[in-house]
Amino acid sequence: MEIPTIVGAGLIVIGAGLGIGRIGGQAMEAIARQPEASGKIQTAMLIAAALIEGIGFAALFAA
Amino acid sequence: MEKLLEQFSFGLFFWQILIFVALVLLLRKFAWRPILNAVNDREEGIKDALDSAEKAKLEMANLKADNEKLLQEARNERDSMMKEAREIKTKMIADAKEEAQTEANKMITQAQTAIESEKKAAMTELKSHVAELSVQIAEKVVKQELSTDKKQLELVDTMLADAKLN
Amino acid sequence: MQKPFIAKILFLIVILSGVTTAYAQEVEKNPQTHELTEQEDSEKKSKIQEYINHHLLDSYDFTFFSDEEAGKHYGFPLPVIIFDDGLKVFSSSKFHHGETVAEVDGNHYKLYHSKIYKTNAAGDINYDEEGHATNDKPLDFSITKNVVTMVLVSILMFFLFRALATSYKKNKSIPKGVGRFLEPLVLFVRDEIAIPNIGENKYKKYMSFLLTIFFFIWFLNLLGMTPLGVNVTGNIAVTFGLALITFLITTFTANKNYWAHIFWMPGVPKLMRIVLAPIELLGMFIKPFSLMIRLYANMTAGHVVLMSIIALMFIFKNWLGSSLSFGLAFGLAILELLVAALQAYIFTMLSALYFGMANEESH
Repeated sequence: MEIPTIVGAGLIVIGAGLGIGRIGGQAMEAIARQPEASGKIQTAMLIAAALIEGIGFAALFAA
Repeated sequence: MEKLLEQFSFGLFFWQILIFVALVLLLRKFAWRPILNAVNDREEGIKDALDSAEKAKLEMANLKADNEKLLQEARNERDSMMKEAREIKTKMIADAKEEAQTEANKMITQAQTAIESEKKAAMTELKSHVAELSVQIAEKVVKQELSTDKKQLELVDTMLADAKLN
Repeated sequence: MQKPFIAKILFLIVILSGVTTAYAQEVEKNPQTHELTEQEDSEKKSKIQEYINHHLLDSYDFTFFSDEEAGKHYGFPLPVIIFDDGLKVFSSSKFHHGETVAEVDGNHYKLYHSKIYKTNAAGDINYDEEGHATNDKPLDFSITKNVVTMVLVSILMFFLFRALATSYKKNKSIPKGVGRFLEPLVLFVRDEIAIPNIGENKYKKYMSFLLTIFFFIWFLNLLGMTPLGVNVTGNIAVTFGLALITFLITTFTANKNYWAHIFWMPGVPKLMRIVLAPIELLGMFIKPFSLMIRLYANMTAGHVVLMSIIALMFIFKNWLGSSLSFGLAFGLAILELLVAALQAYIFTMLSALYFGMANEESH
């Protein structure tokens, strides 16, 4: 039996959501720990989130 | 993915590249270069101004330090001069005291020697006077004692008696 | 002094209110108030879906809104340029929004799903088993809605930044007017994107590209939020073009160290180098590919979600549901404004990051 692609899409969204959520959470923690480095942390967070997002979208289109 | 390829329009891609590259080149010449240069110039101007202000501040600080140093030197000199003067004063006082002491001592010894010699002279004079007086007294006593014959004989007797005893 | 200011504010309010309300106007189709039957309901839903799909695509005319009942479209046609046995230029009004066949020099063309297909005189479209059209597609260089929008944005950008550039000379290095708003953004691109990622020494030659791409994407994203109904940055051809330029600049300005890192990774065992080379080579193409997909998917998803939620108002047609979806649409529109700037920032940022990688010195 073939798994419908929509299930795959759901899995991708769950994975990407978890990943980006973790990045965001960790970034918050890092900012709380070192508020003076918040600019750098935000930049790094955005880049990491963007990379995961890119992979997520690529997988969504493949699904 | 298939849908994406289907949507892809080569004409739009062509125009997009053309418009974008033209925009980059145009903006580079007419906007970005002048803007970035102006901003750079401004920032450099601000930096220069800040630098020169910092320099002036440093110079002021140096000047102030110099002044402070001069003042300190003057103060030190004054202090040392005062000290010297005080030393001289005490020394002078000490010297004067010592001199006075020696002078006084000298005068005292002189006076003492003078008194001594006076005393001696007075003593000798007194002695000669006393001898003379005692000779006179003795002469008078002898004259008195030996005024009669009887007395003269008595004397000779006592004397003889004494001589015998010896 | 007072009057132009008020005019500007009014203009701004019109634009902002248009973001949500004008979509609503566009989506509104059936003002009849009678009870909807099941069939009509599903018909309406498929109509809405079709409308949204149509909005996402490029088109050969600039339509502001349509009155379906009267069959009228308000807008203007744009020139169609195709290569098919020689250059052919004609107005898109000949297609009548895909309703009729256009006849040019004895050839017949028809619009199908916003693409031009060559057909017979009757305008028949042949399909294969999967339902795709098999008709010939002529080479198409038409000035479409997206091309017009890009030209408009380019002209706007040119005048805005030209004004900023000239205001420095006039006003002793202090920007005036709209430049006061734009200058910090220019400095942001320089100080927060270019210098940290590329480095103090080499960032200058990339500045023109980074600044242009940042404002180009941002303005196009914002324009996608207006009731003009354009979706330029949500078009795969546009994002492909932008990503391709990033890729070409990265590839052609790369130094020896960059290529060494791809084909002969220093500091790892020889066997690993052979394994790593194809992965790194693939990564070289994946990077711009992800740039392309990210921008396309974000903008498309934003438009789809926003339009769907606005369309919900006309499906619910009751007091509670419609006001709820209005509130949701309003919130989402604000979120999309943020996304518009964020995507421009991320595209520029990652481009700068790739340029930085291409220029990294060995250490």
